[in-house]
Formats: sequence, C-alpha cells, structure tokens
Amino acid sequence: MSLMSFFNRRTSAPVARERLQILLAHERGIVGGQPDLVAKLREEILAVVRRHVMVEHDNVQVKMNRDADISTLEIEVEIPAPVPVGAR
Amino acid sequence: MAKVLVVTSGKGGVGKTTSSAALGAALAHGGDKVVVIDFDVGLRNLDLVMGAERRVVFDLINVVQGDAKLSQALIRDKRLENLSLLPASQTRDKDALTEEGVAKVLNELREKFDWIVCDSPAGIERGATMAMRHADVAVVVTNPEVSSVRDSDRIIGLLDSKTEKAEKGDRIEKHLLLTRYDPARAERGEMLKVDDVLEILSIPLIGIIPESEEVLRASNMGSPVTLNNPSSAPGRAYFDAARRLKGETVEITIPSDKKGLFGKLFGRRAA
Repeated sequence: MSLMSFFNRRTSAPVARERLQILLAHERGIVGGQPDLVAKLREEILAVVRRHVMVEHDNVQVKMNRDADISTLEIEVEIPAPVPVGAR
Repeated sequence: MAKVLVVTSGKGGVGKTTSSAALGAALAHGGDKVVVIDFDVGLRNLDLVMGAERRVVFDLINVVQGDAKLSQALIRDKRLENLSLLPASQTRDKDALTEEGVAKVLNELREKFDWIVCDSPAGIERGATMAMRHADVAVVVTNPEVSSVRDSDRIIGLLDSKTEKAEKGDRIEKHLLLTRYDPARAERGEMLKVDDVLEILSIPLIGIIPESEEVLRASNMGSPVTLNNPSSAPGRAYFDAARRLKGETVEITIPSDKKGLFGKLFGRRAA
C-alpha cells in the first residue's frame, strides 16, 4: 500500500457523497432541466444524421459522461465511404 | 462454454449487488470474460456500486426492445478490460422484460463472454424470475438471520421449479453464499452458525463473507470490494468463492481483517 493510499483510506464517505450528488442531480433533472434530456438528444441527433446519410445501427457509438459542472455526450457515427465514380 | 450465473436471495439488503460486483470482478481478474447484468429495472444500483453511473447511455430494456444494440449498451469497466456491465433501466417498469427478449440477449452474450452474472432484484416478482429463468448456476446470498434464511428457502424452491433447467427436468446448480457473517458472535451463540444455515437450507456452501467495513468503503468508492481491496477479508473470501465457482477445490475458511498492534491503536477510529 502506498503512502497516499494509506492517508486516503478514511476518505471514502466524501467520495460517496460527491458521487451521489452528481448522480441525483441528473436523475432529478436539476442538471439539464429534464431527466431524459440526453436520451432525447441522442435520438434526435441520430435522426438528423440519418436524414442525410445511410447509417448502420451498428456503426454508431454513443458515450456519456455526467459531471457536476458539465456533461458530455459523444456520438461517433461511422459514415460509409462514397462509392468511387468508376466503380459503379 | 459460457455460464449464466444468477445471484439471488429473495430478501433485500443481504448483499446481492455487492456479491455480483465482487464475484464478477474476481472472475474477470482471473482472465475470464465477464459481464454483469442488473435485472433491477426501476431501481438499478449495480452501475453505482461498480462506479459506472456517469457512463450509462443505453440499458437492458433498450436492448430487449431493439432500441439499441448490445455492443452499444455494454459498459466496459475502466479497471478490467474483460469486465463489462449491462445496466438496468431506471425509468421503465419491469413488464418491459419479456422472456423471449431476455433469452435473446443472453444468447448473444453467451457468444462473447465466459460468465454472465445476473444480479437479481429482491422479491419473487418478474425481475427476480427473469434473472433466474435461464441460469445454469445460482448463488443464493444469505445472511445468518431468520428472515433471510426463510426467504432463501423460498428462492431455492423457485430455482427448482420455475427455471428453464428445472422445467426440462435438469437440476440447476445451487450454491450458498453466507454474507455478513460474524464468527465471534456465532461462537457466542448470538448468531446462527454456518452449520445451522447449511443444515436448514441443505445446499452446498460456496463461501463465507465476513462482516467487514471494507464492503461499505468499496461501495462508497464505486469499486467492487475484490478490486478496491483484494487483500481485505471480504476481498479474499470473494476470490476464494470465485475459484470454487470455477470448479477449483479451495478449503472453506473465514478470512479476517485481524489487526496488528498498530492497526488496533489507529484503526478503531474508522468505525
């Protein structure tokens, strides 16, 4: 056990408190105004992308990170390469 | 060959989620590919106990209903790359779990993982029956306390009648995991002993997890106790249980966090 972890051993409750505050703020909808905002954003963003390019359901990766001050929604859409003119 | 393991108990608060996370991480630590699934739709907590609560995007019900692919809903653990979590939905109700839907998800998972650990909700309602339905192995989590033992007995009855294996005439493998055990109190006659519980429930013992401060500390930190403090008494007890699940013969012991002089002088303040 390192020296740091020795001194940190008693500090688990503040970690628990902070994790709960962030989580519950999102679940109660305090952050972002509505509890399922991210789910809605995700669906609508994907719908807009699909309006313009054919996207395979499998080629979409959605990552989320909720923090106290800022949350990030990362949507990675793999867009198929255009078919070269000569290959048609 | 993938194994579907249900962690169940009937009674709430006995340590199902703690045990699912700890056993899942211990199995993954040994190199197996492991996924832990939260079946507690509406009251999910496995994500929080495993420290992945900020990263949940899709959940089991999204996958069952076809709104998301399995690969999109699986959350890979940041500490162990061969450990994944499939969270429960927080907003929908348990009726969204259909038997066919769950079977389809489990079949897909069987191809990718060695162990599929199903964390059952308390009770005997839909979430609990769905969690055990397709299991090959069951870990019945029991506290040495009358109401917990009674509820475990009821759950053992359901495992022998309502699971797919039971309906086909096979026997589901059942193991007892005794949690929050205090050997000193049992010795003083203040708590049911291991042998008392074994005699009443008559299923084989997979491990004894001693009552320990480390369990709360790990859940505060959002880390399975087997990762947060592998050398702690509950950490070692869960590692031993995981090895027994894999078929190894490991002598049953009750690990303890016995403190040396230094620990006795300074350790008490933590309590």
